[in-house]
Amino acid sequence: MAADAHPQAATAEGGHASSLGVSNEKMGMWALIGSECLFFGALISTYLIYLNRTNDGPTATGIFDIPFTSVSTFILLMSSVSMVLALAAVQGDDLRQFRVWTIATALLGATFLAGQFYEFTLFVAEGMKLETSPFTASFFVLTGFHGLHVAIGILMLVSLWAASMGGRITSGKAEVVENVGLYWHFVDIVWILIFTVVYLIPVG
Amino acid sequence: MAEQDDHSHPTVGQYVEIGIILAVLTSLEVALYVFREPLGRAVTTPALLFLTAVKFLLVVLWFMHLRFDHRLFRRVFFVGVALATVVFGIVGANFYLGPGLGF
Repeated sequence: MAADAHPQAATAEGGHASSLGVSNEKMGMWALIGSECLFFGALISTYLIYLNRTNDGPTATGIFDIPFTSVSTFILLMSSVSMVLALAAVQGDDLRQFRVWTIATALLGATFLAGQFYEFTLFVAEGMKLETSPFTASFFVLTGFHGLHVAIGILMLVSLWAASMGGRITSGKAEVVENVGLYWHFVDIVWILIFTVVYLIPVG
Repeated sequence: MAEQDDHSHPTVGQYVEIGIILAVLTSLEVALYVFREPLGRAVTTPALLFLTAVKFLLVVLWFMHLRFDHRLFRRVFFVGVALATVVFGIVGANFYLGPGLGF
């Protein structure tokens, strides 16, 4: 049907084109990312407001372990590199390489999350709890929500890997991989900001 | 369609180069933290913000393909960034103009 042909037309990478000439799925992912910018902008701003309201509890200078967080940051950054390599592999129809890079990205993300969990455990042991002060509450909410986003990203990556093993991911479906990649890179750029604004500048 | 939708993505070599640049920039950030005492906040804070902005743009433009993709995606993303910047601006005003703003 001619009327259906335009909105249902497929994009070059397997998505459904909208009347704007772009994929609906990709547009949806960018809209989500745009709104998430505001979400994390609000959380980082809240942290800055409460940075010095420590109620005689731990302060940023006294509690953050910058060398440890630097290693975590490096790991998350490298996961973005493996993510783009996974995308390049699926676009080149090299599914074996795609699976390797996808699972590598998920493992790097899991390592970052394990590091965050370890860091939280140390903080709690040193008396820095959610209810200790406005500073600690805003810190845990901000970094906790980021960690939740990383966990969701890992689930997406594992789903991609499983779909690939079942033969449901091919170069014709590269846009699905690209959309998951967009989400993953967004999680990375949020951490790039958090590392500087939350960790390095207050302590430095 | 009036606007171009160029899907030519970077090559694997370019992705690796960007990854190396990101690693070097992160190392520079850590170096600024290590040498924070002799350098002072007046140097480290603007330098850290500059390095962060460069890393942010490298990931967004190259890894997220905004440099190559449809303009509409760029607009949607940067509207979100602009709104987040407004929130930052309000917080900054709170810091510099005091509690009179009602925070």
